[in-house]
Amino acid sequence: MSMEVTSQFFEKNASKALKDPNLRKAMQIIGGPMASRRVETARELPEFEALRDEGVKIRNHVLQHIDLYLERFEQQLTARGGKLHWCRTPREARETILALCRSRDAKLVTKGKSMVTEEIGLNAFLEEHGITPVETDLGEYIIQLAHEPPSHIIGPALHKTREQVAELFEDHHPDYELNGRKAGPRSTEPQVLVTEARHVLRDRYFQADVGITGANFLIAETGATVIVTNEGNGDLTQSLPKMHIAVSSIEKVIPNLEDLSTILRILARSATGQEMSCYTTLSCGPKRPEDIDGPEEFHVVLVDNGRSEMLGTELQPLMRCIRCGACMNNCPVYHSVGGHAYGWVYPGPIGAALDPHMIGLETARHLPNASTFCGKCEEVCPMRIPLPDIMRYWREQAHEKQITPPLQRWGVELWAFAAKTPWLYRLGTRIAIAALNMLGKDKGRFAKMPLASGWTDGRDLPAPQSAETFMSQYKSRKGSRK
Amino acid sequence: MSSIESKPRVALFVTCLVDLFRPSVGFATIKLLEDAGCVVDVPEAQVCCAQPAYNSGDRKDTVAIARQVIETFEDYDYVVAPSGSCGGMIKDHYPALFAAEPDWQRRAQDLSARMFELTSFLVDVLKSDPVAASLNAKVTYHDSCSGLRELGVKAQPRALLGSVDGVELVEMKTPETCCGFGGTFCVKYGEVSTDIVSRKTADIAETGADMLLAGDMGCLLNMAGKLKREGSSMQVRHVAEVLAGMTDTPAIGESK
Repeated sequence: MSMEVTSQFFEKNASKALKDPNLRKAMQIIGGPMASRRVETARELPEFEALRDEGVKIRNHVLQHIDLYLERFEQQLTARGGKLHWCRTPREARETILALCRSRDAKLVTKGKSMVTEEIGLNAFLEEHGITPVETDLGEYIIQLAHEPPSHIIGPALHKTREQVAELFEDHHPDYELNGRKAGPRSTEPQVLVTEARHVLRDRYFQADVGITGANFLIAETGATVIVTNEGNGDLTQSLPKMHIAVSSIEKVIPNLEDLSTILRILARSATGQEMSCYTTLSCGPKRPEDIDGPEEFHVVLVDNGRSEMLGTELQPLMRCIRCGACMNNCPVYHSVGGHAYGWVYPGPIGAALDPHMIGLETARHLPNASTFCGKCEEVCPMRIPLPDIMRYWREQAHEKQITPPLQRWGVELWAFAAKTPWLYRLGTRIAIAALNMLGKDKGRFAKMPLASGWTDGRDLPAPQSAETFMSQYKSRKGSRK
Repeated sequence: MSSIESKPRVALFVTCLVDLFRPSVGFATIKLLEDAGCVVDVPEAQVCCAQPAYNSGDRKDTVAIARQVIETFEDYDYVVAPSGSCGGMIKDHYPALFAAEPDWQRRAQDLSARMFELTSFLVDVLKSDPVAASLNAKVTYHDSCSGLRELGVKAQPRALLGSVDGVELVEMKTPETCCGFGGTFCVKYGEVSTDIVSRKTADIAETGADMLLAGDMGCLLNMAGKLKREGSSMQVRHVAEVLAGMTDTPAIGESK
């Protein structure tokens, strides 16, 4: 029911992505400006590293007492007239949301950006039941028109070039007119495209029966939900319709507003390199009699979807994640293949560490393997999540449970057997190196190598420098010295 | 000069890639250590640091090989590797392997404290004098990931290169970006690995340098392989070769 999973085809997905010229153009932005802006804004804030430590402390503390903070959040939310819906599974969450929409006889719902709704496959489910969801975040809107999943957790349409966006708008808003005249061939200027999306979406906000948003944080002290956006679409989504549903997950709870301000100071800097995002909106319950606007009903749908199983395990640090996307902005593998290759909601290093838990290791086994372990993700993660360690944990699980393909498993075990038997290793390597050296001597490298085409398809393999290994050369030199 | 007793006894952990692909780096390392006043030994029982098993999820074999390494290098003042990757494995990861075996963990921690990457050992531990080498070349330096992020190797090789007569160092735009080697990753996900290294070689070419240096054979084989496939005339060498003044051998991936 939830988003179609293609993680098991990572190699094929990656290969396709590497040949997509539009994707390659789009990826240059992530590897270049996105990554460098983070460095610059972090540098401007002397206490940035200390704030990271503080953030880690806050999250670790909450995870130790998560039951307490969630109950406190529910109390406060209820006291302010909101209602909390506990949902163990994606299915429970979808059905809860559908029932809420039906209670308002909803035909059209507007949506702010929410990865949890991607996780539970909400849009397709609502459509099946006769309700039209309209994404209002520009990136989400673009990929909704294109019928694609997001490729990045904060920039869902980063893989699309502006030419592709203009084409999509041409197809989907054929009658769009600006200032009384049709735009003719559509401009590919970002400014013009954004204006068009704004105009089209503006009517939707007023027509919507229900507004659905995510929540970056849940404040236990006040029962408020928090969204962080750059477009202001979230505010219109949640304040104009009669009902606001915030969909979030259990690890998003934090104790109080002090903690919120600490984490906000590192969130946008890590994500987009902004000091703060343009809008930070706290929702503190439905409209009160004295309020001039706001929803009549306020519901928080809290999804577990396997998260509570991570508590107290090697995976618990993943629950510190604040979904900033810094790990993917700085990942060399992500820069090459983009987000769709990972084949599920969460791509990049966080996905490689999280997805095996969420969709099963057999399905996601490539993801923790498709990493060079360069360690850049851990270096930039504001919450200092040990992503490479967790990917290695999955590799160990895959080896132990024999999910790793037999040839790879046997290969490593055979190598390890030799490594544990030095005389055998020396004998084997002496023969192999002598042979390789003889074959590659003329050129000093190989353009083709059986069993190593993964290497030689795209680059040469340097030949061993000498017919003798270092160890045997050293032994004979030492012998002659005596 | 001090007497033999006061000279540090240093074991060379040669690393499997230097052993097999580039013995000259092993000899360059010995020369640098001896020039800096060390007594160098190469224990014969050494094979590998176990990273291929560790990163493939084979914890059982990793632990068995780690025990072997710990025993082999027990009796030296220091252990030095011309690699940040193998150095990082032993220094950073070994102690954690034995969380459930206090006695072995103590031994792993003891080795960890004595384990160093070559340039870091020369600069941080020995605080050795400038090297006595010269080379007329414009070089660029790639920071290998494990050395950089696990061991903090960044300034040390540059400081040493600064003392080589005639060397001009030009930095890449992204010296700290991974080259895409990643151990078995480079064969298992060859297409992705090749794409990553092609971004690296583009950056390398842009510097206008005529020699690429790094401190890890894995990265060097990868980058040299890509540069040669692209028809580049760039010489690729381990930094130890330049520091030891041993650049008379053909560069990596070349025959003369």
